[in-house]
Amino acid sequence: MPTDNFPNDHLSSGAARKDVSAAGDTSQPRVPDPGAGENKSMHECRTALQLVPHEAGAAKPDPIVVVNGIRRTFGGLTAVDVEHLEIQRGVITALIGPNGAGKTTFFNLLTGFDQPDAGSWSFDGAPLKGKAAYKVARLGMVRTFQLTRVLSKLTVLENMRMGATGQRGERLWAAALPALWRAQERDITDRARDLLKRFKLDAKEADFAGSLSGGQRKLLEMARALMVEPKLVMLDEPMAGVNPALKQSLLGHVKSLRDQGMSVLFVEHDMDMVREISDWVVVMAQGKVIAEGPPTSIMSDERVIDAYLGARHDTDISELERVIQVEHTHDHAEQRADREVPR
Amino acid sequence: MLVIALLAVVAVGAPTYAAGDRTVQGTLRNSADNNAPVAGVKISAQTSTGKTYTGVSNDQGRFVITVPGSDSGTLTVTLDTKTLPDAVQIRDGASNTLRPTGSLSTITVNFPLGPDTRQVSTAWDQVPQLLYNGLLFGLVLSLGALGLSMVFGTTGLSNFSHGELVTFGAFATYLGNRVVGLPIVVAVAVAVVLSALFGYLNDKGLWGPLRRRGTGLIAMMIVSIGLQFLLRNFYQYFTGGRALTYREYVTPAGRDAFGLFTYTNRDVVVISISLLALVAVTLALQFTRLGRATRAVSDNPALASATGINVGRVIATVWIVGTALAGLSGAFLGFSQSVTYQLGAQVLLLVFAATCVGGLGSVWGAMIGSIIIGLFVETSTLVIPSELKFAGAMVLLVLVLLVRPQGLLGRAERIG
Amino acid sequence: MDIIGALTGALHDGFGYLAVSFCLAAIGLNIQFGYAGLVNFGQAAFLSVGGYVMGAAIATSGVPTVLAILLAIAFTVALALILGIPTLRLRADYLAIVTIAAAEILRLVFGTSFRTYFHGKDGVTGFTAGFRSLNPLPNYDGFFLTYSREELWTVMVGWGLVIMISLLTWALMRSPWGRVLRGIREDEDAMRSLGKNVYGYKIQALILGGVVGCVGGFVGAFGAASVQADTFNLDFTFIALTMLILGGAARVLGPVVGAVMFWAILSFLGSVLTQLASYPVVAQFMNADQASTIRLMLVGLVLMLLMIYRPQGIFGDRREIALDAH
Repeated sequence: MPTDNFPNDHLSSGAARKDVSAAGDTSQPRVPDPGAGENKSMHECRTALQLVPHEAGAAKPDPIVVVNGIRRTFGGLTAVDVEHLEIQRGVITALIGPNGAGKTTFFNLLTGFDQPDAGSWSFDGAPLKGKAAYKVARLGMVRTFQLTRVLSKLTVLENMRMGATGQRGERLWAAALPALWRAQERDITDRARDLLKRFKLDAKEADFAGSLSGGQRKLLEMARALMVEPKLVMLDEPMAGVNPALKQSLLGHVKSLRDQGMSVLFVEHDMDMVREISDWVVVMAQGKVIAEGPPTSIMSDERVIDAYLGARHDTDISELERVIQVEHTHDHAEQRADREVPR
Repeated sequence: MLVIALLAVVAVGAPTYAAGDRTVQGTLRNSADNNAPVAGVKISAQTSTGKTYTGVSNDQGRFVITVPGSDSGTLTVTLDTKTLPDAVQIRDGASNTLRPTGSLSTITVNFPLGPDTRQVSTAWDQVPQLLYNGLLFGLVLSLGALGLSMVFGTTGLSNFSHGELVTFGAFATYLGNRVVGLPIVVAVAVAVVLSALFGYLNDKGLWGPLRRRGTGLIAMMIVSIGLQFLLRNFYQYFTGGRALTYREYVTPAGRDAFGLFTYTNRDVVVISISLLALVAVTLALQFTRLGRATRAVSDNPALASATGINVGRVIATVWIVGTALAGLSGAFLGFSQSVTYQLGAQVLLLVFAATCVGGLGSVWGAMIGSIIIGLFVETSTLVIPSELKFAGAMVLLVLVLLVRPQGLLGRAERIG
Repeated sequence: MDIIGALTGALHDGFGYLAVSFCLAAIGLNIQFGYAGLVNFGQAAFLSVGGYVMGAAIATSGVPTVLAILLAIAFTVALALILGIPTLRLRADYLAIVTIAAAEILRLVFGTSFRTYFHGKDGVTGFTAGFRSLNPLPNYDGFFLTYSREELWTVMVGWGLVIMISLLTWALMRSPWGRVLRGIREDEDAMRSLGKNVYGYKIQALILGGVVGCVGGFVGAFGAASVQADTFNLDFTFIALTMLILGGAARVLGPVVGAVMFWAILSFLGSVLTQLASYPVVAQFMNADQASTIRLMLVGLVLMLLMIYRPQGIFGDRREIALDAH
């Protein structure tokens, strides 16, 4: 993934933003050394966040996603009502919140899997309102699912090939003439094998995806999403149901996405993961964004803790998440029931 | 395979019919002479195998021609105009040659003689009668639709063999009434009990085990198609193509209601029992423990199970009640449409249409959908030919699904 | 008992035009159901449109056979679009209910309306001259499996079409296009998240399967030299589905093997049971008519047992079929 995909000069995106970062230049403390493997622009993306005020709906220096007034109601209940939200490019943003906060619904709305009752949002400058989910994915905004959705009766390699976009052989008229698509298919297969190697799934290439373990499925789903060559990867609970041994490697993979220049937005209940890898945290409760900020400050934010367990609590929210995770199994059952309704 | 065993038990009493002779019959009356019978007219029935059978009308104007069962060719029935009395003529525009279609063993042909003296009523005069017929049909249909909808609601199964459960009720009533000799009311009651048992066996012997195996819904749907095939041909094994009728209330006398439409005593009984059954089931769903459990299972089986509801028992009950209702519906349909092996298959799509229009899985939806379909089927004959009236119902079904896929009363979405 | 006669009859029927017609119907269903997971319970509608539009165009307007065939295909595509556009965005069983309803609507309309074109119960006849004039076979009846010259010509063309269409299916299903169809069968949402236009592919599969069915309608029409509405009842689609499951869904040869076996077994059973019925001992339980209903009871039973115990059919791969509920 070439790193010059995103501009070095994010300050060009608006006068107001110039002001924010100009002010920051003088007042903000020095950032930690970005490390050897990271290049300068990525570093800048993350340092830019240091200048962003810690408040809900704060403007970012170089947003990849901008949301305005999205609202989604089910019957009488408002599941999502986000006034304004920007997601910074080139960083890992975590989306957290108690159960029923509307995180997954928000994900579904952003990616075109559900339609809001009101509001507009854009990705990389392109308005997404009313865009079908597959078109959103083709623009480079690719999601995974809370319950992994591997294509069980297809092999691991076939799953991977499916991710490649712009395949000539996927057109009906060209499909019967292999000469038209064989070369491209070979390139796709090479790319798929490289990714499988990176995700340590290369030995499973010929197995049916349905035979993989839960953690391997998560890896496959993430690798498959990368086949789409996304600009923004949206992970819905990447750690749910993954055994501890695989967690570290999964964390490493998520970080490496950022290192390769992709932006990451993920929903997660595992607060260790949120603390460890996210550059920025967005907190939702009852459908609204209630707080934003870097992980360290957000974990002790009064409003966030209130949202999780009401007032009068001084615990760190990672403790609370452990409790909540138990309830979470129940959520999954409901999600399944959800699929039964007509789309 | 318990299901088959039960059927065999029920069917033992049924006589095995030979591939019977066919009877061509009719009555000749002259409308020019106050519908006086016309005797001594020669009628011949020629089959496509080339053989000809003849009959002559008697003093009542009636003629009967027997075509042996060995000759299954298609029929051409001809009235010999030379044998008509001088003053009698075949009606203008009517033909003296008829080609009756249909597979029934008794074929009634009509040669109109003399001028057309029938009162021609305008379309609007028929509206009250059609509305009444539609309501009556819709009510009987709703008994069938309710069972289908309840089973779908609790198990997710689109049961294509549901029509055969309707036929089962009609056959059981016929057996009780004609073969055992029970009074019709008792026969219907026995049929409903047998249907309930049949429903229990359906669930116990087939669907329950399939659910426990984790068979997918589409696979179960295909199994139900196989069962439909099996049962329908099983019925046909005993009846052949004949249309059977009950012993009593076959053609009750009509009564006039405010000069708008005619109804019969039989209708009154059918309507009362249907309403009673529907009210009883809805009340039970609303107010009994089992009823509430049923609604909970319809809502969310996983959650219902987690809260300690015995889902298996609820589903068994739904099968028993649903099949009993379907059997009752079949018993009633047997009056108006006569009992044939195709009875259920003919109403299956109407029942599906009713449940989809009303909203799959919704109890009220099934009833309201049935009434709408009943009314639509009957009143549509004002505009379209009556052979197309079922097609009209299908068009209505498709249109509703396009505009409002969840049906009139179905839930559009749920909160996750 | 004439076992040889029954076997010859079985071969005759197993390869007859009716088997070809059903085989094409089942291949179409295989593309829709086996590969793409679409539940089309109204395949009969596509065959009836094929037969009726082609037959009526030739018989009433004297349209050349080739043009009539193209016209029928155009109507089939239109039918697939009408059925697919509104329903393919909805849950799987909506397509099932709408297609089954459409098949009944068309059967009733063809059987009772527009009698100048469709001739009611009599059906359309008198359209085979153009097709038969192409028959290159010597004028000698019955030299192969007792087929008449015309029948043999239809059967040869029919099996030629089956081979061609099977090869096409094979090529399509090993291409990325076929891979996308199988992916959609597995999980539509996953495919959307990967940028695939699921709706578009489903419509393509419905059209393609419908057109293959339509070709089956042509073969049936030429074979019988007539088109009759009641042929295309609900049982028609269900029998085609039984053949598909028998042979194995999502296998190129599944529907072909299924159709041949189905007709051969049905025909063999038919003649054996009918012969049995002529024995007085047996006749007490079963006359000739009942023998034929027993055959159909067995069809139902076989479909149930296959679906329960061997859903992958004779040579399907159990891991690879669309039987998990969507």
